[in-house]
Amino acid sequence: MEAILAFEDGKIFKGRSFGASGERYGEVVFNTSMSGYQEILTDPSYKGQIVTMTYPLIGNYGVNPEDAESRRPFVEGFVVREYSKISSNWRARQSLGEYLKDNGIVGIEGVDTRAITLHIRQAGAMKAVLSTIDPDEESLVKKAKGSEGLIGRDLVREVICQKAYEWSASGKYKVVAVDCGIKFNMLRILEQNGCRVTVVPATATSGEILALKPDGLLLSNGPGDPAALPYVVRTTRELLAKLPIFGICLGHQMLGQAFGGKTFKLKFGHHGANQPVKDIKTGKVAISVQNHGFCVDINTLDKKQIEITHVNLNDNTLEGMRHKKLPVFSVQFHPEASPGPHDANYLFREFIKLMAKSKNKK
Amino acid sequence: MSKRKDIKKILIIGSGPIVIGQACEFDYSGTQACKVLKQEGFEVVLINSNPATIMTDPQVASRTYIEPITPDMVAKVIEKERPDALLPTLGGQTALNTTVALAENGILKKYKVETIGANIKAIKKAEDRELFKKAMEKIGLDLPRSGQAYSLKEAFSIAKKIGFPLIIRPSFTLAGTGGSIAYNMEEFAGLASKGLESSMISEILIEESVIGWKEFELEVMRDLKDNVVIICSIENFDPMGIHTGDSITVAPAQTLTDKEYQKMRDAACACIREIGVETGGSNIQFAVHPETGRMVVIEMNPRVSRSSALASKATGFPIAKIAAKLAVGFTLDEISNDITRETPACFEPAIDYCVVKIPRLHLKNSLRQARS
Repeated sequence: MEAILAFEDGKIFKGRSFGASGERYGEVVFNTSMSGYQEILTDPSYKGQIVTMTYPLIGNYGVNPEDAESRRPFVEGFVVREYSKISSNWRARQSLGEYLKDNGIVGIEGVDTRAITLHIRQAGAMKAVLSTIDPDEESLVKKAKGSEGLIGRDLVREVICQKAYEWSASGKYKVVAVDCGIKFNMLRILEQNGCRVTVVPATATSGEILALKPDGLLLSNGPGDPAALPYVVRTTRELLAKLPIFGICLGHQMLGQAFGGKTFKLKFGHHGANQPVKDIKTGKVAISVQNHGFCVDINTLDKKQIEITHVNLNDNTLEGMRHKKLPVFSVQFHPEASPGPHDANYLFREFIKLMAKSKNKK
Repeated sequence: MSKRKDIKKILIIGSGPIVIGQACEFDYSGTQACKVLKQEGFEVVLINSNPATIMTDPQVASRTYIEPITPDMVAKVIEKERPDALLPTLGGQTALNTTVALAENGILKKYKVETIGANIKAIKKAEDRELFKKAMEKIGLDLPRSGQAYSLKEAFSIAKKIGFPLIIRPSFTLAGTGGSIAYNMEEFAGLASKGLESSMISEILIEESVIGWKEFELEVMRDLKDNVVIICSIENFDPMGIHTGDSITVAPAQTLTDKEYQKMRDAACACIREIGVETGGSNIQFAVHPETGRMVVIEMNPRVSRSSALASKATGFPIAKIAAKLAVGFTLDEISNDITRETPACFEPAIDYCVVKIPRLHLKNSLRQARS
């Protein structure tokens, strides 16, 4: 079956459908990870986005039940150069095509993903439509133009859990994880490090969170425009001086705003597993996993209050910060990896150290 | 950290003739190293027995000796040139073996020559099977079950314990020379005694066979600040049991999920740190059972290798050039990426293509071997 990817600027890519049939809208981004498509598909941060993989052979190792990062895939569409129908891996239970079909995700293969990537790099991330049902190119471009973009849109409400739930029942430290679109691996790592974790939806108030008597707060990743989430920023601000806080990705952007900073949209974002990030204190470089289209503006932060801890070596944008007095820190990249290198796992241990310190004070 | 000021003159052991263990890929790496070190203002002395190489062209090194690469000859060059440092990791296995010999006969100490790139301890730890096994066990990595034998009697008792098929690997030889597979006790007896003979220290390792397992390699780089990056992963299309040189190989790895790849990446980082290769590139090989996913470490080359040449070409990351810079004190974040020229070399190449190496096998040779 034919599938068409049509950009709002009129650029058209034709290929074959390899997932569900239908029509989906989203902002097209490219991801440079060479492995980890299952984790990418199920990362709730991709809500509202059509993901193009720059690596050309996708599906080689199938899909398994263990590697999902959330309850289901959230990408709006999936674009690959060549889909491998045959999977070779001892854990594979399903082919990627079957998995996409089962979950209603539209996929397209046989398109020039390098041309798509170059297009986005030059023109910037933009809206598009991916369709297997409408063969009319003009109509598709019109639909892409008319679709809702990411700016100002609250996508967090569409991916979060509806009610608070317990992830792990025992552990030395009680962590409340604020689900803005959380990836399971953050919860897995906290559990492995001896944390009792309760997950609450991003809509939870500071009062509801404090009532759970946590030792620390994790602000998770999530989709969409960070400037469209005043309620999460408010909750974060109210909790700032009350307990240790660790922010990741969108959580970092929430903290950035709670500190009085502003966010801006990057031209085509950082999506991949090989972004070098320098820890300013130690001088060491971690190969980090990133997935963000927005960024906290380094110049809008009050340097008397906030210390810059990490920068991206590729474009010198802000990758991490900490409060100079409060036990609060955050990173723009993904220390939980999945997919990607584990170089930055140590940040979870730092969070636990902060909780230990503030617990001793009490 | 940046360029070392205490080193002025560096001796590089070159590629030698084109035979297994000393092949032309080391001409490429050696030439890169000579050029970059000269650019950085070092005096580069080169010894290489093969005048038909690029690195022996007059402008490549500051001074070139076309002499056999033997401990005696290298000792003479050291005596005459008095280099501050010896870079042994760019000339293949022969360069490493020669360097170990020079350390053991006291020449390096006598003339106060420091080995840079990989020190003697690290080379031994990576090359000596028993030391390697201990090191890997220490960091919790799985290996094929194995035993070390110095005599036929010891060899037989180990064979009985592990069961067939078995791999017999002599320690300290050239690129797999003398390594063989035995499917029964009769074959084993002949192969074990041959192995004991071909080992420079009359030592063989008898190993659980991983024939038919998936075969992977990672090219790893480390600097003096302990930054470690993986340049490239390679998957062999032909499984374990077929020499990488004879295999179709593909970069990057194709059939590992990210979870499995990251486990391998963690293992490789731990391996290069534990072996103690301070700077430069190493090649680490893994086997993965196709049905259970059990991952074992096979071996590590603490130097540039045939695979690093492939990894360099596949990714555009100039491994030899950067290894040479790291050896003289630069760190990965101080070196710029050759492709972008703006971003640092401290990154892991993400490629949007896949590279396939297909060997050209000499049918004539194979037929002759089949007949004999």
